[in-house]
Amino acid sequence: MPEAVLREPAAPLKPPTLLSRLMVNRDWLGFWFMLPAAAFLVLFLAYPLALGIAYSFTDAKIGQDIGSANFIGIENYQWLIGEFDCKWEWAAFWSRLFGGDFGALGALCKIVGDDQFHLAVFNTLFYTIVASVLKFAIGLYLAVLLNNHLPFRAVIRAIVLVPFIVPTVLSAIAFWWIFDPQFSIVSWSAKQMGLATENINFLGEPWNARWSAIFANVWRGVPFIAITLLAGLQTVPPSLYEASTIDGASRWQMFRYITYPLLTPIIAVVMTFSVLFTFTDFQLIKVLTNGGPAGSTELMATLSFNRAILGGQRIGEGAAISTAMIPFLLACILISWFGLQRRKWQQGEAND
Amino acid sequence: MTDKTAPLTDSSEGMRYLERVPRKIVTVYVPLGIIILVLLFPFYWMTITAIKPKEHLLDLNTHNPFITWSPTLDHIYDLLFKTDYPVWLWNTMLVSVVATVLALLASVFAAYAIVRIRYRGAQWVGGLIFLAYLVPPSILFIPLSTVIFNYGLFDTPFALILTYPTILIPFSTWLLMGYFKTIPFELEECALIDGASRWQILWKIVLPLAVPGLISAGIFCLTLCWNEYIYALTFINATEHKTVPVAIVTALTDGDQYRWGSLMAGALFGSLPLVILYSFFVEHYVSAMTGAVKE
Repeated sequence: MPEAVLREPAAPLKPPTLLSRLMVNRDWLGFWFMLPAAAFLVLFLAYPLALGIAYSFTDAKIGQDIGSANFIGIENYQWLIGEFDCKWEWAAFWSRLFGGDFGALGALCKIVGDDQFHLAVFNTLFYTIVASVLKFAIGLYLAVLLNNHLPFRAVIRAIVLVPFIVPTVLSAIAFWWIFDPQFSIVSWSAKQMGLATENINFLGEPWNARWSAIFANVWRGVPFIAITLLAGLQTVPPSLYEASTIDGASRWQMFRYITYPLLTPIIAVVMTFSVLFTFTDFQLIKVLTNGGPAGSTELMATLSFNRAILGGQRIGEGAAISTAMIPFLLACILISWFGLQRRKWQQGEAND
Repeated sequence: MTDKTAPLTDSSEGMRYLERVPRKIVTVYVPLGIIILVLLFPFYWMTITAIKPKEHLLDLNTHNPFITWSPTLDHIYDLLFKTDYPVWLWNTMLVSVVATVLALLASVFAAYAIVRIRYRGAQWVGGLIFLAYLVPPSILFIPLSTVIFNYGLFDTPFALILTYPTILIPFSTWLLMGYFKTIPFELEECALIDGASRWQILWKIVLPLAVPGLISAGIFCLTLCWNEYIYALTFINATEHKTVPVAIVTALTDGDQYRWGSLMAGALFGSLPLVILYSFFVEHYVSAMTGAVKE
């Protein structure tokens, strides 16, 4: 009888087991999918970051645990930053100033602290600012050049990026040889052309060494900035340029009022990366000058290495120098973040 | 004058008809040529130094330093057979490849979970991962050295294999998130209806579609590992465990006597594998670089 067959109750659905319910639970799945990445980042990034800050309040030596190190509060920072030692006398100040001694302020009021650290902070800021400005200017110029209609543009773009591919240390070695005090090819060429009478001591003089290091850094950084900005330039609609041409805009006006505003967001991101990586640069300086001559190219990163690993092996002090870099980095990130906020405002979305 | 008669019908040409060759030579080709010359000169100088006879290296006046008519393989021979260079190159490759594979695996899962599983707080985790990208190794290496020491990893390849992914994961997760977002949701919904698990969806649908993204991330990670210096310098002590960038500086400078020929050959051979790899995947590399910035 057909009806009887139809009425026979179907086997009831098995209630979902705990496992099968878990397998579709977003949070449970998300936890397991995140686990490998989170393990790496917590064990080798977040934990060391916190540990570094903790170490900076101790006088730990190398190989010493955080537990067995002495807590010394902010002594490391006090020592590094130092304090103002002012013998302020107006009479002396004016007499020095009118005597043409413009170091008057410095002579009367000086910071007594770790001179090496102060020099390193100055060098780091100088290196970062000058190198970033140069990288940005040359990189943008190169990007605009590459944005022209060129034969073999793909090949040229690939070639331009090569300095960025090659490991920094290896190109730093090449620069080390190019800047050799005796057998530098640059000195030789300058002498041949009559620009110099004797060898240029590229890495032996403080300011020469600073500019040489900046040159090498710019050489490596320009391709990155140029290629990323080129990608941004290619998204600018050509119709804007055509319209402005009809309005009689000059090339500079087109750049200033079309290219630059449309490129601002990508510039903000690229320059944040560039500034961050220049500020925390280690390898180029380590190989090219090793901080010399007499600490004139020592950056905060190389100084912290020297204090914590080499020489004194004072981990606490090195960690304090590293931690002192964090406020600079944060400031940099915040500036870029506000740059990105401006992009949203420009695009008219979430106008709040 | 000729501007007015130029055909305006070809829309694909845009405004290019306005450009004149002499003007373009001055404003584009000459500056571009100078910049490319400066960018490439160090590599030329590396190569020519690596094949010049020793006595020519230190005597710039009797021979033209820019070219050599008697190339020699002595420096390269010294490098390959009188030092541990092949071992260092092998170490670099091993560490880079293993770290890249580990980082890619971890980032595939993380990126997929953030973009598609969308567990509670996924957005926050995405933001944190981006912040992790901005934490530079030079503020981490001091505490990390004690961590490595306590884990018993000091002076082993694992010290590098396990720490490099921290540099790579934030970047590649961020990049892969962008790729995964472009894969249509409907594909996954179909698979879910057909009874596929999340695991199957990831391996059989999402990953095959994200292969270009994986290649981009992989190439970029590989170059980052190869370039890494500060961890390798701090965590590795024994010569036979060093990577090329660290070993080459210490090994080829005996006191004040720098073996420039071998140094340059070493720098050249150390970069060559990367440059060759890069030449095959230029587009992927560029998209990794710009993709990470654009996101």
